[in-house]
Amino acid sequence: MVQNLFYFLSFLAVLSALMVILSKNPIHSVLYLILTFFTLSGHYILLNAQFLSIVNLIVYAGAIMVLFLFTIMFLNLKDDSFTGSRLFFHLGSGLVVFTLAGLIIMKVATAPIAVADDAHFDSQIGMVENLGKVLYSKFLVPFELVSVLFLSAMVGAVMLGRREKGEKNF
Amino acid sequence: MNQIPEIFRVIPVNNFVILAVVLFSIGILGVLTRRNAIIIFMSVELMLNAVNLLFVTFSSYKSDPAGQVFVFFIMAIAAAEVAVGLAIIVMIYRRIRSTDVSLLNNLKG
Repeated sequence: MVQNLFYFLSFLAVLSALMVILSKNPIHSVLYLILTFFTLSGHYILLNAQFLSIVNLIVYAGAIMVLFLFTIMFLNLKDDSFTGSRLFFHLGSGLVVFTLAGLIIMKVATAPIAVADDAHFDSQIGMVENLGKVLYSKFLVPFELVSVLFLSAMVGAVMLGRREKGEKNF
Repeated sequence: MNQIPEIFRVIPVNNFVILAVVLFSIGILGVLTRRNAIIIFMSVELMLNAVNLLFVTFSSYKSDPAGQVFVFFIMAIAAAEVAVGLAIIVMIYRRIRSTDVSLLNNLKG
């Protein structure tokens, strides 16, 4: 049962990830990316990380992807996809990536099978209560720094997106 | 209450690692082959998510909450990065009326 669910989610994740880079229309790419994020959230639930699963849905599928959709809606993009003039470059990059991935996968597939050990297994680490305790004690300084980072990113985005003098349309 | 769920017995870590490697490779392929800046950006998000999956996997199998806290930070930083990156893409579009990165060759000399 769990195995079937894992393989189904993995298949769907890989398929929609492929469609992200293969589809011609950027809108379709965004929608497939959202599907990928949903399958990854499913994986997080399988892995007992319920809090991260929900955060993944809210932050990635909810906020970031809406930002992408808005930008694409603003920009009125033309379809662009793989063009023949760069076929050699595409083949080269494909070869390099497949070699790299193949080597890592071969190594991992032949590595000793690793499963969780009984001795100090804790099924509650992915819950809000436990993660909140760790976040606000051990990782308090990074947490505050992230909020400063958010502020600066927000100011930066507004500054970058501001209309300059003399620009008529858009 | 604290017994190991079935998945940690029947599915080894190796399967999750392989899935993450495949997703990451698809992301690299997208960055290398596509020319639309927005699609390149989405491929970067894909790679970030592959790494997140790896973090959560090892965190869950080893019962160490630090990995999941790191994924939380990665998500926060990815959100900030997307806000700035999309603003830059909008600015590029204003200047050259396109998001094709192969048109951005002013530094080529």
